[in-house]
Amino acid sequence: MIGYRVERATRESRWFAAFLLLCLAALAALPYWGGPGAMRLVSEMAYYLALAQLWNLLAGYAGLVSVGQQAYVGIGGYALFYLTSEFGVHPLVALALAGPIAAAISLLVALAVFRLRGAYFAVGTWVFAETFQLGVSLIQPLGAGSGLSLTPAIVREIAPDRAGRELIVYWLSLVIVVFVCAVVYLTLRSRHGLALTAIRDSEPGSASLGVDNFRTKLMIYVVTAACTGVVGAFIFLEKLRISPEAGFSVNDWTVVVIFIVVIGGIGTLEGPFIGLLIYFGLRELLADYGSWYLILLGVVAVAIMLTAQEGLWGLVARRFNLHLFSVRRHLTRLPGG
Amino acid sequence: MTLLRTRGLRAFYGDFQALFDVDVAVAEGETIAVIGANGAGKTTFLRAVAGVLPCGAEMVEFDGRPIGALAAHEIVRLGIAMVPEGRKLFPSLTVEENLLLGAYCGRSGAWTLARVYELFPMLAERRALPATALSGGQQQMAAIGRALMSNPRLLLCDELSLGLAPVVIRDIYARLGAITGEGTTLVIVEQDINRALAASARFYCFQEGRVALAADCRDFDRQAIASAYFGL
Amino acid sequence: MDWLNILIQGALLGGLYALFAIGLSLSFGIMRLVNIAHGDLIVLSAYIALVTINATGLGAIASLVVVVPAMCAVGYALQRGLLNLTLSGGLLPPLLVTFGISVIIENVLLELFGADIQRLHAGTIETASLQLGGIAVGAYPLVVFATAVAAIAGLQILFYRTALGRAFRATSDDAETAELMGIDNRHLYAVAMAIAMIFTALAGVLMAIRTTFDPAAGPIRLIFAFEAVIIGGLGSLWGTLLGGMVLGLAQAVGAALSPTWQILAGHIAFLIILVLRPSGFFPRTRD
Repeated sequence: MIGYRVERATRESRWFAAFLLLCLAALAALPYWGGPGAMRLVSEMAYYLALAQLWNLLAGYAGLVSVGQQAYVGIGGYALFYLTSEFGVHPLVALALAGPIAAAISLLVALAVFRLRGAYFAVGTWVFAETFQLGVSLIQPLGAGSGLSLTPAIVREIAPDRAGRELIVYWLSLVIVVFVCAVVYLTLRSRHGLALTAIRDSEPGSASLGVDNFRTKLMIYVVTAACTGVVGAFIFLEKLRISPEAGFSVNDWTVVVIFIVVIGGIGTLEGPFIGLLIYFGLRELLADYGSWYLILLGVVAVAIMLTAQEGLWGLVARRFNLHLFSVRRHLTRLPGG
Repeated sequence: MTLLRTRGLRAFYGDFQALFDVDVAVAEGETIAVIGANGAGKTTFLRAVAGVLPCGAEMVEFDGRPIGALAAHEIVRLGIAMVPEGRKLFPSLTVEENLLLGAYCGRSGAWTLARVYELFPMLAERRALPATALSGGQQQMAAIGRALMSNPRLLLCDELSLGLAPVVIRDIYARLGAITGEGTTLVIVEQDINRALAASARFYCFQEGRVALAADCRDFDRQAIASAYFGL
Repeated sequence: MDWLNILIQGALLGGLYALFAIGLSLSFGIMRLVNIAHGDLIVLSAYIALVTINATGLGAIASLVVVVPAMCAVGYALQRGLLNLTLSGGLLPPLLVTFGISVIIENVLLELFGADIQRLHAGTIETASLQLGGIAVGAYPLVVFATAVAAIAGLQILFYRTALGRAFRATSDDAETAELMGIDNRHLYAVAMAIAMIFTALAGVLMAIRTTFDPAAGPIRLIFAFEAVIIGGLGSLWGTLLGGMVLGLAQAVGAALSPTWQILAGHIAFLIILVLRPSGFFPRTRD
């Protein structure tokens, strides 16, 4: 009798995992071989990568194209500022609490917005984000139009001196991006991930097999919102200041994220990494030319959507049959009989 | 004179090949039948001729001219109209609007709105109703009328009898005479063999994307057709 | 608080929002395409008007003579050259391509014109008012509202009394069978977009006389258009007018309470209707 085993890891994915660990170790040690400028850049890349993986999970896997995730970035940020200033919560605890708060609000949003489909869902999420922005700008305890700052007292709770704070905030960015990537990766490996792929391929088909489309999508939406809230809280912890415009900015938290995912490869875990490098590369390259890098990004994204929907990574993966993250299952034959 | 000829016609749905080297010839004014089981490629053949399915330019010739690479909307203007399988009337339009739309390509000829209403009086009675309010048989007549409005030289009829009661089918086929009487060439695709063979001069039997048998309707052998039909 | 005046203002504002929404409605009704760049195309129209006025000295309304054909050409080219390619690829391409186009338009306008706030001027009509039954009603809002009504009436005639309108409705029902009637889909969709751009151009110029605009003013216009369409119900143009009026009324009430509440009041009204009656007031199309 021939035996088979369902496996997930491939040779490439094992090598890649080792490579990732090496990179992570090198980045963790960055404070000792790079300067504060490098640390700030890497932590910015870290939170953009986190946002990109989350948007990719939502749009590329669950098929929920949201143009309103900036709502949860802002909610996370404001949760951090409010909890620390009003309730004296430690900033890192407040950061963690931003997750459940964003999750709770996302449930209410879903109540309304899940009645819409496709592009109407997308614009609906955007309306919500705009509503939150306008609402916050009218609430005095949240700083109204001018926003809030983290007081020196709160800031010192992270670490007593500036260098210590920079270190902790930097490592926190790495922890968060690893955490978010792990959440996305594990979700895709779980049966929910399999359900998502089925839903993505055919909603009636998956429903006929007993997959609860609505609950799966809702779960993904809420989990994504929670993680986005935590990332948002981190972003504004680093910036030390939040305002309605900055917290809920569609340009900063959605346009860039969408471009990163689309150019890199929507619906793949590897794609956002590629997209991230291209975005930051272009931004550095065209730094002196105003918003031309955004125009160029837009043109590239449109071109990719029209010609190679799977993005740059998708092209590579298809050509070389390469999958670096082991989310798919395949059969391997067991040795012997 | 040969109005329609296909030479080595090959058609694909993506990577799946649906037609293999189909050679068919139809003379002007003739009525021919294309029969075969489900999935034999009959509808695919009509779609390739009508331009809905792309194929090689030389593979389909109409009045001596290669039309295989032309799009469907260009082919209608040349004089080939199709009555699609399942009628496919436009639900947002009334019966009359459906008929008028058939004349969109601007070909003039004997078939005007009045003439179509003459052939199908029950359509005139229901001209202002939405197309979906008609019975199956009436919808089929409306679909035929719509195709006639483009004054085609060649009319392709895909499964006219689909889902209709025998008495209704008989009524529809009885009116085909008025159409061929104008000199229109007819290609009838049918699963109802008897009906198709009774209405046509020659027939082709398709099987798994190939022409398995081509003969005159008068001297056919039942056994031969059964073998060709089922691939025995 | 002059409530009657507020209500009239709000209702008339609905005319402008209906004009915003017509283009979006047409493009969804005929091509099932939600154009995320729609708001930016409205703003683009305003900038083309600005350039025309500065170059030729024409008045704001007169500049429509240039703006409308220009936007029709833009719409035809955009649909034929880019958007037609997205229609068969599923959910993501139309959404993400129009999103990309939106960002491109915004940033190109930013590079060309800077972030300065602009406004068009139409002269005395901006402040003129009429006496209707003892109430002073702004002449300009009335003109805009009348334009919206005329636009919708015109479109209804186009759709239900002309061969082109039949072709649009048929293609929207079943594009493949419409091809069998001799209708070239690619050309028809581009014509539909060009027609939508007529109203987008109108909306852009009329808006720019009334309010200020800058390169980033697109998204909020898209949202207003979208809200008007959803409140009114997908697929019905008169419903869109009603939706615009409901939105305008909500905003007018909000603005009367406090100027900063204007837009938020509109969003809240939209969200309430979304939760309570998601198919709007006059739904006609199946999605």
